[in-house]
Amino acid sequence: MHIMEGFLPSPWWEIWFIISLPFIIIGLYQLNKLVKEKREALPLLAVAGAFVFVLSSLKLPSFTGSCSHPTGTGLGAVFFGPCIAGVLGLIVLVFQAVFLAHGGITTLGANVFSMGIAGPAVAYVIYKAGTRAGANTYATVFVAAALADLITYVVTSVQLALAFPGTAGFLGAFSAFAAIFAVTQVPLAIIEGAIITLVFKYIVDLKPEILTRLNLLPESTIQKLKEASA
Amino acid sequence: MKYGMEFAVIALIIVFAAIFLVQDAAIQATGEEAWGGADDEVAELIESSGYEPWIEPFWEPPSGEIESLLFALQAAIGAVVIGYIFGYWRASGKTA
Repeated sequence: MHIMEGFLPSPWWEIWFIISLPFIIIGLYQLNKLVKEKREALPLLAVAGAFVFVLSSLKLPSFTGSCSHPTGTGLGAVFFGPCIAGVLGLIVLVFQAVFLAHGGITTLGANVFSMGIAGPAVAYVIYKAGTRAGANTYATVFVAAALADLITYVVTSVQLALAFPGTAGFLGAFSAFAAIFAVTQVPLAIIEGAIITLVFKYIVDLKPEILTRLNLLPESTIQKLKEASA
Repeated sequence: MKYGMEFAVIALIIVFAAIFLVQDAAIQATGEEAWGGADDEVAELIESSGYEPWIEPFWEPPSGEIESLLFALQAAIGAVVIGYIFGYWRASGKTA
């Protein structure tokens, strides 16, 4: 669930546009480079983008009695980092803002930052740290993808609390927004983490050479993962 | 185990659905309305402090049906791309 149209007063919506812009520019530059130098990564890019399309269209019920949707950005974040994930998030957010009145054009900057950049940045760091430390790859992907989802809504709550501190102050407002957004998101984040891990496993099974080519997993790890699932 | 992860994910989804059913039965018993969007709840919270959104969406799906059509379309576009590419990888892996 994104910040709806008109729900960020000035100057906050402009501020979030300015913060997101450099990430998007770097993302476009990285995309351009990737397409030129590693064309075989294109299908992987398309799958990562398509995942954001599918998962962010599914509104799921949570134990809080309200519905929210996963983000699907974890896959793109793990493969390509937060800047390219930001571009993928931007495409989906524009689609939803224009056709579905879900999110908004003026709140696009804030929503791109939470869903496309902040969540994926956390996922990317966890994936890099986990694989370097030799942790179980699937467990790492699970934690990274689930947190990309959860952090998105924590950041949305921060953005709203900054804009609407009310009488309770920033922390009071944050806990009020997080109680709705972040708590609802916990079970959805777990489901999203599990599904993205499954897809990651299928990519290891079907096209492991892409992962080694992008320096995401060494040959030896892939061999080990394949033996474990055989 | 060959399909270990698949079983784990399916079990997780079943637990998720079961929690929903139990929760829903409890809520229905109280007669309250539930399962709206978390964003609507947040919007209400903000509007209760007296804030009015300063701009409206320039176009909104005219009904719930049209909205679910567009959401389904969004999911379908993504699913087609994923299916196409996984099929392509699988087939090219077999012939190579």
